[in-house]
Amino acid sequence: MSESGETALSFEGVRKQFGNVRAVESVTLAIPSGQFVALVGASGSGKSTLLKTVNRLVDPDAGHVVLQGREVASVPLARLRRSIGYVFQSVGLFPHMTVAENIGIGPRIAGEPINRLQISALLELVDLDPGLSTRMPDELSGGQRQRVGVARALASEPSILLMDEPFGALDPVTRDALGERVLDLHRRLGLTTVMVTHDMTEALLLADRVLVMEAGRIVADETPSALVAGKGGEAAQALVAVPRHQAQRLAELSQ
Amino acid sequence: MNALLDAITGLGDQLAAHVILSAAAIALGIAVALPLAVWASRAPAVSRASLAFASLVQTIPALALLALFFPILLSLRAVFGEGLPTLGFLPALLALALYALLPILRNAVTAQANLDPGVIEAAEGVGMSFWQRLRLVEAPLAAPYVMAGIRTAAVWTIGAATLGTTIGQKSLGDPIFAGLQTQNWILVLAGCLASAGLALLADTLLGTIERGFRERRRGLWLGGMLAVALGVAAALVAQFGSERDEGRIVIGAKGFSEQYILARLIGQRLEAEGFAVEYRDGLGSAVAHSAAASGEIDIYVDYTGTIWTNQMKRKDNPPREQMYREIARWEEATSGMRVLGRLGFENAYGFAVNAETARMAGLESIEDLVDTAPQLTVGGDPEFFERPEWFAVRDAYGLRFREERNFAPTFMYSALSSGEAQVIAAYTSDGRIAADNLVILDDPRGAFPNYDAVLMLSPQAARDTAMVAALEPLIDAIDVQMMREANFSVDREQDKLGFDEAARRLAEKAGL
Repeated sequence: MSESGETALSFEGVRKQFGNVRAVESVTLAIPSGQFVALVGASGSGKSTLLKTVNRLVDPDAGHVVLQGREVASVPLARLRRSIGYVFQSVGLFPHMTVAENIGIGPRIAGEPINRLQISALLELVDLDPGLSTRMPDELSGGQRQRVGVARALASEPSILLMDEPFGALDPVTRDALGERVLDLHRRLGLTTVMVTHDMTEALLLADRVLVMEAGRIVADETPSALVAGKGGEAAQALVAVPRHQAQRLAELSQ
Repeated sequence: MNALLDAITGLGDQLAAHVILSAAAIALGIAVALPLAVWASRAPAVSRASLAFASLVQTIPALALLALFFPILLSLRAVFGEGLPTLGFLPALLALALYALLPILRNAVTAQANLDPGVIEAAEGVGMSFWQRLRLVEAPLAAPYVMAGIRTAAVWTIGAATLGTTIGQKSLGDPIFAGLQTQNWILVLAGCLASAGLALLADTLLGTIERGFRERRRGLWLGGMLAVALGVAAALVAQFGSERDEGRIVIGAKGFSEQYILARLIGQRLEAEGFAVEYRDGLGSAVAHSAAASGEIDIYVDYTGTIWTNQMKRKDNPPREQMYREIARWEEATSGMRVLGRLGFENAYGFAVNAETARMAGLESIEDLVDTAPQLTVGGDPEFFERPEWFAVRDAYGLRFREERNFAPTFMYSALSSGEAQVIAAYTSDGRIAADNLVILDDPRGAFPNYDAVLMLSPQAARDTAMVAALEPLIDAIDVQMMREANFSVDREQDKLGFDEAARRLAEKAGL
């Protein structure tokens, strides 16, 4: 029941410290159902750490993370993670399993294995030939591998998709195509999506809402159009300046 | 070449026992190492401690590790009862399994440490439990590396299992130790070739399994496992299938020629009377005595002086008859063993020198040796310089040699002729004393006790009247001249006889 306006995911005073480094400093935030949120920031700004508090790859020192009305710390770990689609930069396909086995792993370990037709449907969802299902991961290109990673994340039919630098290792053409595909899936499947990226262009083009993190804090929370219009403060504008400058150069070249 | 082939084909029993021992030790090593490796991958402290322990074990010489399990198991009898075996399969299994631990553990720990962190993050991200992650991801990915460790362990274990012979476990070490004893190099070579061949075969099969894991070819690793299982099963059938093991009489022998021959002599007599027998060769003195006391072996030949000084810890030196009677009484009261009687000859320790050395230095008795000893090297078997007899004779005469050197008994005589030792602690029933023209120095102070060969029966064997009846004709049947001839027939360089043949000829000579 993802009605627009209902809160899918919220953070309340979330803090995390690694040794002396304060990775996340008291983040409070609510994400409505169906929103595509981009978390942008430099390396070490705490964006990945914040994301991982949702599927509890990181447990916060203080604060609460609430997903679909339930505090994540109170949900059994395996069930929590199976209810969340998770895609990350190094993909992490299991090298000893076929593409089909990789995609079906979540439902399989939950005791509800999916059939060949469902695997084919998931492959088509990410623009892959169903004939690839018997291949091993090392026979695929980088882009194909990340598409399989996305299909695997969607296999358990999650309502929320977490992506940690999902396209970081891909070439620009593949990156663009896969980004468009994910945005399309986000809309078609009614997902709530949180994507961590250091690339402001990607954030502006894909997300409904862009959060800028710096030193563990959220320093800007704007729509892409507001950011392009100059809002969001100094740190955000410094990041927006890069694509703006690139766009100007391209415009000059085409004249 | 034919003799070598015959020797190798005659090793069926030893091969089967060797396969079973090695396979059991590796299996036990795997059963301990793998759970430990899983634990170690979750707890760095466990990883450090277990690897340090396994490395420490590896620094103990295999022979010593095997020997150490005898006293360890003996003391564990307080916990597990008198039925706990202290010799043979169990201690060999435990020592070899400990030895197999390191390569398996190290490879398993390394494999887990080197797993792609992305794969682990994915396993957690999709919601795998601890066991699912282990079963579905970590185990299959670590399998080729673990298998490589098992391969190394298998080759080590098969080699080290030859040492099981010294603690009474039948193995391919039997021909090696027996051959070493009598300089029968064909026997040594046969044991080495069989053991090396077995190691190569195991390495190839386990390598096939490893390749199957690495290339994810199910047929390959299943086939390799099937071949290994068939090999072990065949060994089990050979060992236990046809004959019943229980009811066999176990005859023990210490590690020198006379003992091997006498064990065969006893065995042949018993077999003629319808008993099934097997041999435990190459036992140390103390091990043989404890083994008979505990019933691990049924019969063996010991020497009065050895029991008197080593087991009874006596320092006095009474007349022959009195010593014999006291020993028989003492064994009955303490160990429950029965001293059936004396075989009729003595195999004493005696200092032997070359005839030429004796003439040049004017040596006739140990007293004559005192002045020249500081310029001389004395050789003895590996036990000798630890035995109370040595301390007794050394202190009685005030002997101080320039150097004390240990030799395997068979090499002791070569050491004398090659000049590496000028005096050796020889055995007076040894055929090489006459053959090498050696002089045994008198012992006017009576520091060396008597060493009458005596037939010892374990407490259970002593109650077997049929067996006792079969053995009684051996009493007083063998004089020292016969024993020397028999010993020399297996020790000499040319026309060596096997132990069985030497025992048959000895029986004939003794009119048995």
